[in-house]
Amino acid sequence: MEGNIVALGQAIGAGLACIGMGGAAIGVGNVFAAYLSGALRNPSAASSQTATLFIGMALAEALGIFSFLVALLLMFVGV
Amino acid sequence: MASGAEAASPFNIHPMDQFAIRPLFGGDTLNFYTPTNQTLWLGLAVLAVFALLVMGVRGRALVPSRSQSVAEIIYGFVRKMVEDVTGKDGLAYFPYIMTLFMLILMSNILGLLPYSFAPTSHIAVTGVLAMLVFLAVTIIGFAKHGIGFLKLFWVMSAPWWIRPVLAIIEVISFFVRPASHSIRLAGNMMAGHAVIKVFAGFAGALGAGAVVPIFAITAVYGLELLVSFLQAYVFAILTCVYLKDALHPGH
Repeated sequence: MEGNIVALGQAIGAGLACIGMGGAAIGVGNVFAAYLSGALRNPSAASSQTATLFIGMALAEALGIFSFLVALLLMFVGV
Repeated sequence: MASGAEAASPFNIHPMDQFAIRPLFGGDTLNFYTPTNQTLWLGLAVLAVFALLVMGVRGRALVPSRSQSVAEIIYGFVRKMVEDVTGKDGLAYFPYIMTLFMLILMSNILGLLPYSFAPTSHIAVTGVLAMLVFLAVTIIGFAKHGIGFLKLFWVMSAPWWIRPVLAIIEVISFFVRPASHSIRLAGNMMAGHAVIKVFAGFAGALGAGAVVPIFAITAVYGLELLVSFLQAYVFAILTCVYLKDALHPGH
């Protein structure tokens, strides 16, 4: 099967970029795990910290979105 | 365009085509005044905000109707968020944050309708919104505190020898804010729509037996509904956080 080297590079690059999403998954998981363990120890303080929870989630998740964006751009938009 | 990648794919999936901007009334030329699908759906989002917040509360009943109670819940929710994050003096900027929240929420949710178009999936739209927030925060900071606003970059609670290093990091993180603020929203919306489209492409390739992709589309669609609310909330709350830095610089 003949192919071109650009398509090969795009596919490999997109696959590598998706590794970044794994990091974001670990990060978001950590944020929610820490929130939950804190909230179960002191449930009365939990509701006041939901805003902080979502800020932390957004900051962690943004980096995964960046890498997914790079993968999408590589695969479907082209360079 | 990457014709190579498309030819190599066994499925005929073009998940990014849905984000193309087209003129509404035919033709190919795009000028800055041309009405496009972007214009249409952004306008519809503004109309939806108007319908909910102005027409919905028209009755002003003591016992609210359904639309009135939805509008009141959203109003109270955003107001409490602004007050919790920025404090009492941040409430002066509540109307702007409410406007941002409602516009982003409505364009996200309208973008989920089949055959519609999500204006917030374009970095041009979110970039302008984030840039306005960035400029507003910088101007408010310097107007309120003068040169004292620079204390934001000088971390007094750190040991003295580490402060210059932290100052460089703080300056970089300050100027990266509009980029991350806008890419987060646009990237989330674009990613969700692209994922739905990819699964739809699988369903198309499998034909009548496409039970699994259709089930996946339903699940992802539910997740997208959550994400479109959450990203509007995150955009608004990060605006509040940046505003708090402008109102109370220093650590």
